[in-house]
Amino acid sequence: MPWLESVAFAASIPGGCQVDPTNRLGLGNFTCEMVQRGCGDRTSRQFVESLERLGTDISASVSISHSNFGASMPAASIYNVLDIFKDLVRSPHMPEDQLEEGRSVCLQEVSAIEDDLSQKTLIELRRRSYPQPYGRSATGTADSIAAISAADIRQYWESFYQPQEMILSVAGKTDFKRLCDHVETIFSDWKPKSIEKVEQKPTETGHFHIDQQSNQTHIGLSYPSVPYSHPDYFRARGSVGVLSDGMSSRLFTEVREKRGLCYTVYASMHSMKERGSIIVYAGTSADRAQETLDVTVAEIQRLSRGIQQSELDRLKVSIRSSLVMQQESSRSRAASMAGDWFHLGRVRTLEELTQIINSLTVQEINHYLAEHPPQNFKLVSLGPTPLEEPSGVSTASA
Amino acid sequence: MEFRQHRLENGLQIISEINPRAYSTAIGFFVNAGARDETPEIGGVSHFLEHMVFKGTPNRTAEEVNRELDEMGSHSNARTGEERTIYHSTVLPEFQNQAVELLGDILRPSLRNDDFEMEKKVICEEIMMYDDQPPFGGNEKLMASYFGDHPLGQSILGTVETVTALTPDQMRTYFTQRYSPDNITLVATGNVDFEGLIQIAQEKCGQWAKVDSPRVITAAEPNLQQQCIEKATASQQYVLQVAPGPAAEDDDRYPARILSAIFGDDGGSRLYWEFIDSGKAEYAAMGVYEFQSAGLLMTFLCGNPESTEANFQRLSELQKNLRADGVTESELELAKAKTASHIILSSERPENRLFAVGSHWLTRQNYLTVGEVANRYNSLTIDDINTVIQKYPLQPANSLAIGPLKTMSFG
Repeated sequence: MPWLESVAFAASIPGGCQVDPTNRLGLGNFTCEMVQRGCGDRTSRQFVESLERLGTDISASVSISHSNFGASMPAASIYNVLDIFKDLVRSPHMPEDQLEEGRSVCLQEVSAIEDDLSQKTLIELRRRSYPQPYGRSATGTADSIAAISAADIRQYWESFYQPQEMILSVAGKTDFKRLCDHVETIFSDWKPKSIEKVEQKPTETGHFHIDQQSNQTHIGLSYPSVPYSHPDYFRARGSVGVLSDGMSSRLFTEVREKRGLCYTVYASMHSMKERGSIIVYAGTSADRAQETLDVTVAEIQRLSRGIQQSELDRLKVSIRSSLVMQQESSRSRAASMAGDWFHLGRVRTLEELTQIINSLTVQEINHYLAEHPPQNFKLVSLGPTPLEEPSGVSTASA
Repeated sequence: MEFRQHRLENGLQIISEINPRAYSTAIGFFVNAGARDETPEIGGVSHFLEHMVFKGTPNRTAEEVNRELDEMGSHSNARTGEERTIYHSTVLPEFQNQAVELLGDILRPSLRNDDFEMEKKVICEEIMMYDDQPPFGGNEKLMASYFGDHPLGQSILGTVETVTALTPDQMRTYFTQRYSPDNITLVATGNVDFEGLIQIAQEKCGQWAKVDSPRVITAAEPNLQQQCIEKATASQQYVLQVAPGPAAEDDDRYPARILSAIFGDDGGSRLYWEFIDSGKAEYAAMGVYEFQSAGLLMTFLCGNPESTEANFQRLSELQKNLRADGVTESELELAKAKTASHIILSSERPENRLFAVGSHWLTRQNYLTVGEVANRYNSLTIDDINTVIQKYPLQPANSLAIGPLKTMSFG
């Protein structure tokens, strides 16, 4: 992307929170916190300050399947930043005298979620939408974080911070040959390790209510869909777009515009490597929550009766426009390339994506929806009173 | 990059920063209308009006407005603040004129009674939503306490009570006054066809009648007090603090922003090392907010209730040390590097430039290139920063705590 002044990288190291031992939930996240406390010949403070001098900072987070690191920066800084990143993953200090500080940071994250009611709702919804450990939240619990020792963290780092299946994606103003040479020098002698398969446990079933004295009731609803690599993915994505992309989408029109039930209502695709869901959220005052749920579910179920050509046309323009605009951001391009590589083992160019979107037809989406009508809903509500399940939102397990 | 400007006869201004290499075009109508233009009786009308603008015109129904915005694949939204309301849309260059035509059309909305009552429900949901979210209305309460009767103490959203009591006629009167063309600037950044822009703006907005209604600016007299509000259902304790800072017209805003990077940004600042890195608090930051004739240095601290008093005391010590000792050369150099990089990276997107160029113009009626803005920061000396610290010390301040604690000692 030579027209930019910036460059960005996104790095995904396999492991994530799915490999946290059940009595050490939050271990991957705690490790991710500790590796940022000094590395190579830099103390914690020198680490942050060297990045600041290079005009960047490294963001880090843990997902189900990866520890993710990323940064955007002025183009000239990339080699120095990669050197620091190399030390972060390969020779972090993880200082034991900062263990309690790191633990406090992780505990603060857990406390923060308690006050973020929509996030709390969606965390519980994901937990109930997937077999364990795939529905986990990376943050763990106060108890599980309390149980984590310095040795646990060192062991997590030794087992999972390794190059096998690690993805490093770089986008922006960069010279690919020089970049490869540089990555070769910093990572080629890093020894890969094999990662054990994750054991899968059944999904929890049933509608779940979290009692909370709040103005609004938060509604989280999910139903099974396909992952990003599935041939039907863009058909499912098309149906979600009709439901929720833009101000003329069905949910926005029916729930917010026509009935004034909500300020926030949306649906989105949630994709892991081998499984995916559609996640729906609405927040509304407690006395109108039941109506909101009923209208929302009715709109989702109406999808199986098909979508219109005009709805798909709008969606195509919108996605095409987003793809073109992605060329203005090295950071978002780097992140989506890393995602492609993980899900597909290759990167789809913007041209290829545009081609896929342009070739979608109403017939194929409607055929898909008729064959796979939204069903097997999971419902989580949070608020002062529980909701009744509309028909179709049964306790049936997926 | 090229800067162009034009003014229609009725006073509407058009400004543009043109970058022919950009992939998108960002367009915004910046209206000089916000919470500070309201009286307490019509609290929340600016924001409510922002919603009503999307509810249709004599030429289009609300559904048509929404549908056409989507048909252009636009990324469109609107925002209301203390001083301005911005309607913006980012589109591919081929849709520039269509986007201006549509935004221009909705800026003369029908304001129908039925839509007004329906949208009132959505606004009340929005107010209740924010009321459930940290810091649980603490920000509005702090501003009201600090500014007292001054209009900058008005809440942007209003309350469920003020919004419920609003009538369509009150909104129409407010609209006529504030949405006069000489209160509106059309801003475009990115891949802009400036001649086309002027032409479509002339066609769409040239007939708008001018109403003489300048904003009334009165000086604020800040109240400095402490209060602790109990919110039993909260898990964390939130402390917000505000002290006087440089106003939007004041060049001290540059050293003040560097000061906030040194003392209180969320990575590498003094507050970061003291509170975040140590895990003593969930969040701690100090930022600069600028309005016409009034500026604020706002500090935010949140964490477990049991450690809040000790954290607050430590915060006060850090503020005292800052005033006594100033900042160091190495802190200044780091802050400059961070700020310069942030300015350059964020300017790659025309949408980001839209807000920077537009807000700067509305306050000062001039234009600075990205390089000129970066230079303003780069040329600052340690004396500039230390002078601003003495001029705007973070204490005394107005402090407000909200969370599970019934009472709290502010030391």
